[in-house]
Amino acid sequence: MYAFLARRLLSTIPVLLIVAVLVFLMLRLSPGDPAAILAGDAASTQQIDQIRENLGLNRSIPVQFGIWFGHLMSGDLGQSFYYKTDVTTLIGQRLEATLSLATLTIVIAVLVAVPLGVLAAWRFGSLFDRVLMGFSVLGFSIPVFVLAYILIWIVSVKLGWLPVQGYKPLADGFWPYLKHLILPSITLSVIYIALIARVTRATVLDTLGEDYIRTARAKGLPEYKVLVRHALSNAAVPILTIIGIGIALLIGGVVVTESVYAIPGLGRLTVDAVLARDFPTIQGLILLFSFAYVLVNLLVDLSYVIFDPRIRY
Amino acid sequence: MLVPSITKRGVLGAVMAGAALLALPAFGQGDTKTLRVVPHSNLAILDPIWTTAYMSRNHGYMIYDTLFGTDEKSQIKPQMVEEWSVSPDNRLWTFKLRKGLEFHDGKPVTSEDVVASLARWGKRDSMGTALMTFVERMDTPSADTFRIFLREQCGFVLEALGKPSSNVPFIMPKRIAETDAFKQIEEHIGSGPYMFVKDEFKPGDKAVYVKNPKYVPRKEAPSGTAGGKNVYVDRVEWNLALRDAQAQLNALQKGEVDIIEALGFDQYESAKGIASIQLPKYSNVNLQYMARFNHLHKPFDNAKVRQAALAAFAQEPFLRAQVGVKELYTPCPSMFTCGTPFASATGSEIQSKSNMKKAQELLKASGYDGTPVVMMKPTDLASIQKLPDVAAQLLRQAGFKVDLQAMDWQTLVGRRAKKDPIDKGGWNMFLTAWQGHDIWSPISNAALDTRGEASGWFGWGKDDKIVELKGEFMREVDPAKKKKLAEAIQARAFEVATHAPLGEYTQPMAATKNVSGFFITNGNIYWNLKKN
Repeated sequence: MYAFLARRLLSTIPVLLIVAVLVFLMLRLSPGDPAAILAGDAASTQQIDQIRENLGLNRSIPVQFGIWFGHLMSGDLGQSFYYKTDVTTLIGQRLEATLSLATLTIVIAVLVAVPLGVLAAWRFGSLFDRVLMGFSVLGFSIPVFVLAYILIWIVSVKLGWLPVQGYKPLADGFWPYLKHLILPSITLSVIYIALIARVTRATVLDTLGEDYIRTARAKGLPEYKVLVRHALSNAAVPILTIIGIGIALLIGGVVVTESVYAIPGLGRLTVDAVLARDFPTIQGLILLFSFAYVLVNLLVDLSYVIFDPRIRY
Repeated sequence: MLVPSITKRGVLGAVMAGAALLALPAFGQGDTKTLRVVPHSNLAILDPIWTTAYMSRNHGYMIYDTLFGTDEKSQIKPQMVEEWSVSPDNRLWTFKLRKGLEFHDGKPVTSEDVVASLARWGKRDSMGTALMTFVERMDTPSADTFRIFLREQCGFVLEALGKPSSNVPFIMPKRIAETDAFKQIEEHIGSGPYMFVKDEFKPGDKAVYVKNPKYVPRKEAPSGTAGGKNVYVDRVEWNLALRDAQAQLNALQKGEVDIIEALGFDQYESAKGIASIQLPKYSNVNLQYMARFNHLHKPFDNAKVRQAALAAFAQEPFLRAQVGVKELYTPCPSMFTCGTPFASATGSEIQSKSNMKKAQELLKASGYDGTPVVMMKPTDLASIQKLPDVAAQLLRQAGFKVDLQAMDWQTLVGRRAKKDPIDKGGWNMFLTAWQGHDIWSPISNAALDTRGEASGWFGWGKDDKIVELKGEFMREVDPAKKKKLAEAIQARAFEVATHAPLGEYTQPMAATKNVSGFFITNGNIYWNLKKN
């Protein structure tokens, strides 16, 4: 187990190295000039050249990479071209919002989708099953921003129950924090509910056809115990995998939701950084997202042991 | 049964409890001492001299003061200056600062601070650098007096010192103003009506300003960037995260914000129909759309080809497509913003009386060889993204071949700075919009910098006659003669087709009805506002 953990953690190093090199090269080779953006619309070409010089963008790409990588090795992600602030500070300011949104979204998604998926499998072919699957198709299909606007219009504008936009950190109190997260999380969770419910239904359906389920029922075990203890726990591995992928995608994929609800999170920071060609910030964010992806996958792999004793590392 | 027992009672109960819980607090009830503003963009750079970005300029107006201001009639009026005089030969200007000026750190504003601030600004701003070509030296005979010695007479000293748009000559403490003009300042201390709360600044989230209790406003009524800067709120918060246009309107309707600086055109009609929202008039100077030719490369290295394009560009189609709301746009034949002192229709006949037949004839006579026009179209900038489609269509109708290339605005911004030939990533045309006060004078209008490749702005037009006329304009002190010179510059600019003005529009602002005190600012300024 520990050897596996150590191996997996070590394997993140080459992954992050490859990501670092690729993202650096892609940014330098893509169109767009940070100096021109920083200088403003009315700036002259001479002023832009001067800013480019000050940012070190006139140096060769290997030299730029060497400087950036040297700082990276000492844990320094560099300073944002755009905000003149350390990238780690910028990320730190946004991390809470995005993690909060992602966590609440996944909690809602799992709490809603797993029971619905189990019930749909249990009542396979019934009206409930078909309605649920219909809704899951809708959940996949409806764009996040459309759903966001509909929810805002009904829940916030018409009913006045929740704020239209914004984010309050946990330090400002739990209720203000939560009420600003409810609508965005519900909006974002719909697609994950659809995804997890479908996977849960399919895997539980497979499991329900197994001999041990028939045996459990023959022994007279109550139906909910059959479903939860035998069917769901044996179907857990694919469900956990999809939840894990969902979490990893959420951390970097909340851009639209953060934009519509004006949540100052990592998604919004990513968009701003890309639009401003803020190379150090983009590089730092992509490294963070890559690390999060690897870490979440590792945690998912480790969690398999809990749900499936046959798995040993 | 498992399902019915959960859904009927549990779900109903949960919904009821949730609804009751959620309904407890009322949202959007902000306090009356905090003005919550949604600016037109994100604030990233806090040095309004280092960049020409409008957000940085607006930040500057919050915390810095200016020597002069521009009132709603585009007249220059004193602000930090109490009185001034000029020698009979117009070469020595003496300015005395008014009493009570104090920086946020408690230190008095002195003439040394002013001179250092002007020197830094003079290295970055287009009008500032032009002024500095006339300046022999500046000195400070006393703590409240500074003098500008000119090599020869200059006709725009006050216009430069009171210019309302980027880069505005804001006055900073000497130690800050001595920062290299090509490096950003680290401290943000001014003597303006608000103080910047650096600890609460979160880029992309919010910027906070609090009232400067020691600020002494002028007695005159506020007008433009001139007059009394009275502050009636304790705090102004810029919401930098709320950038979705529909979400902005929703938030305004619910009272979660007080002002939207730039209401989307698509939201304009909706906003008009909401009882709690007002659309205050804050500007009498419009914004102007512009098509810019690259004079370095075929086909627009030929003035006759540019004239053909100019003739094809009737303004109405651009305005109708981009703005759409009739009451918000107006054609304008002038290269200098309509309604400002140098505006005129002189020389504009080629465009204002344009028709497609004439454009086709001009193009045929120009010797145009079918070289495609590489036109850059920004896909992510809603405020101008429809203009290139209209331009491409009109050029095609005139007989041009057009290669319309879609890209994000920042790619465009990077690419337009390149002088490279077309096959090496160059370009022929892009379209943009200007705030009125940036192009109202021959000196500040970037498209009229016709020094060829030495010129500051993209497109690099070359015309010695305009350079000569601008030189005369800069030296002229008689307003009537300046007006004549501006007309001559414009006539020549139309003749050589430096660029194409595409009409003007008003950017609507929206606010909740409990905010009052709006005045004609011609910008985004937050003094004199009250919140009930």
